[in-house]
Amino acid sequence: MAISKKQSADLARQVFEYAPAPEAIDHVRIQPTYGLFIGGKMVEPHSKKRFPTINPATEKKLAEVSEADAVDVDRAVKSAARAFDSWSHLSPSRRARYLFRISRLIQERARELAVVETMDGGKPIKESRDVDIPLSAAHFFYYAGWADKLEWAFPNRKPRPLGVAGQVIPWNFPLLMLSWKIAPALAAGNTVVLKPAETTPLSAMLFAEICMQAELPPGVVNIVTGAGRTGSLVVEHPGVKKVAFTGSTEVGKLIQRALAGTGKKLTLELGGKAANIVFEDAPLDQAVEGIVNGIYFNQGHVCCAGSRLLVQESIAEPLMEKLKRRLGTLRLGDPLDKNTDIGAINSRAQLEKIQGLVESGVEEGAELYQPECKLPERGFWFPPTLFTNVSQSYRIAREEIFGPVLSVLTFRTPAEAVEKANNTPYGLSAGVWTDKGSRILWMAERLRAGVVWANTFNRFDPTSPFGGYKESGFGREGGIHGLAPYLDLN
Amino acid sequence: MATALSLTHLGSLMRGVRSVDEVGADERAASLAKRSIKKASKLWALDLAVRCMDLTTLEGSDTPGKVTALCAKAIRPKPGDATIPSVAAICVYPARVADAVAHLRGSNVHVASVATAFPSGQSFLSIKVAETVEAVSAGAHEIDMVIDRGAFLSGDYQRVYDEVVAVKEACGKTHLKVILETGELGTYDAVRRASILAMAAGADFIKTSTGKVQPAATLPVSLVMMEAIRDFVRETGRQVGFKAAGGIRTSKQAIAYLVLLYETLGSDWMTPELFRLGASTLLNDVLMQIDKERTGVYQSGDYFTID
Repeated sequence: MAISKKQSADLARQVFEYAPAPEAIDHVRIQPTYGLFIGGKMVEPHSKKRFPTINPATEKKLAEVSEADAVDVDRAVKSAARAFDSWSHLSPSRRARYLFRISRLIQERARELAVVETMDGGKPIKESRDVDIPLSAAHFFYYAGWADKLEWAFPNRKPRPLGVAGQVIPWNFPLLMLSWKIAPALAAGNTVVLKPAETTPLSAMLFAEICMQAELPPGVVNIVTGAGRTGSLVVEHPGVKKVAFTGSTEVGKLIQRALAGTGKKLTLELGGKAANIVFEDAPLDQAVEGIVNGIYFNQGHVCCAGSRLLVQESIAEPLMEKLKRRLGTLRLGDPLDKNTDIGAINSRAQLEKIQGLVESGVEEGAELYQPECKLPERGFWFPPTLFTNVSQSYRIAREEIFGPVLSVLTFRTPAEAVEKANNTPYGLSAGVWTDKGSRILWMAERLRAGVVWANTFNRFDPTSPFGGYKESGFGREGGIHGLAPYLDLN
Repeated sequence: MATALSLTHLGSLMRGVRSVDEVGADERAASLAKRSIKKASKLWALDLAVRCMDLTTLEGSDTPGKVTALCAKAIRPKPGDATIPSVAAICVYPARVADAVAHLRGSNVHVASVATAFPSGQSFLSIKVAETVEAVSAGAHEIDMVIDRGAFLSGDYQRVYDEVVAVKEACGKTHLKVILETGELGTYDAVRRASILAMAAGADFIKTSTGKVQPAATLPVSLVMMEAIRDFVRETGRQVGFKAAGGIRTSKQAIAYLVLLYETLGSDWMTPELFRLGASTLLNDVLMQIDKERTGVYQSGDYFTID
């Protein structure tokens, strides 16, 4: 059994390629077609139109979902309006009971929801299993607790629900964004019409089943599927009293324009171009993990992704070396494999957008680094990408890429770091890495961003408010702050 | 070499060693522990775990008979199954080295001896050196020394450094593993500092624990030590090995350490020359899991010898 060091290392390279460890999918039942969830049951769409939703990792069709037209949306809003009367007068502790029940059902069906989320959206199973689904359940659990305590949440005010909330959510965290929207709305006594993204409607369809299982009164939650057109029908419907949108800044602006003068309450959670700032005294190995988690988590399809890395010049070289080495250990591939770190890009359109912006980065003179990485033949994939030699004026440093692409810039002093970090139309999040507590506070005071993470990144909790500055939107979701937009506090 | 590296201001230099964020290190270790290692890669990892194992007995009740039995197990972990490799070494107290050497002659299994007033390290340098010299002359291939945690925690880095240098000198060509006893160091910052100190003083391996103190080896502590090795190699070009010891009893744990090693230091470290698992009760669980992977069924404990 004498093996030389060289032979043994060769053996390691050959064999310690982790064998496939796919999550089982035989426990999941995806129906061939889905209707719309209106008035407590699945109904056929008036439009008679359906469109396919595919698995972005294989490009195979998973199911066909309905495309809601104006009549469908009208039905959904009317159903929500009818339900509002009794739901808003239900004793708050009973409302809480429904929310607790939904939270429990999400936990009970967690495996199934995680698999569907991964198949429909392309994200690694370890992320849907460990992040999306547990956080979704946690949001319902958290807001269930507030349902009968609204008067304590807003002392000396008379919190009253608004009516029907129209909610439009994105494709990057389908079930989690649904939970961020529906849980506070219901806790506050509103009813909702929600439109999931057209590329990721399936977990919302499972959620409709959960509402039925929970025996939620008909019409309290309505889910209409479709593309942008359906979304605009929802937000512009006169029966809707409150609009909540998470998505691109471009669409957010259109919505705000459309709602001007209607008296509807609006919250927008839009794009970002967050700075992740690493000082020379930072714990480097953990900073590298934070950088990776900041931009490669969920293939960079995260509005608060740390897409701009600001490194203090004195440590730029060792940090880049560590980061490049770490990029080489990221495992890209089958999102259902439990060892996959980077899954599939959500859609062909998004892949093309990422490719376009990366090309612009190369053309403008930035230096591209991608680890050796085999991309599967079918499906939409993009390797983890790093740009150095980036200047503030390049498109890759200014525009939201929404993909696994990191732009690295350097700074010399804390003041310069703040200046560069704030030099963007966005302001959703920021990260600060330093061993010095006072500097964390100094930075947090000056960074114009809704969330500032210290020595961590992309950490979420239902109790913590989340939202933007400037073109990243307004209004907060999560925590007590997340209740206010769903209440009339006057 | 020893005096050339001796520095008057070692203390302030050590305090300048880069810090570790505890929350981040714990998270990283926990995420790697979730890797799912199956089938061929599991079998390969289990085989490597056997090849990298330091089969250990460190009891007051150790006798020549006990050591004889352990040696037999070390050479042929599963009698009648030649596909199971020998372990890397057996690890005993200095007084048992001669017994072990006699029984292992002709095999590839090394004899490792703990030394330097194991496990506390609270003795005189002359005695530590003498113990090392005795163990080496009795035929030990490897010495597992402990650092003086009292000196380290009181900030007397120079003393810790000098002791490692002196023991290394006493070892001559014998391989030196330096035990940090991380369970007594309190913080990951201190673990990192002690790792760098031991490597700078000439350690061939750094090792987590004696197994006599709780907590013994943990994944995050191992991660911090491996990252220190990575940085040390980058600065000096000298490869230093890593040994996890204490509390590793199951195949699942052993595989988690191999994953951590693979993703932190890479394939080059996946060899008994740069990685060891110190354990007294791990081997049979690994053998049982190998059987399970090969045959699909679990055998009862009676099918595995209990030496």
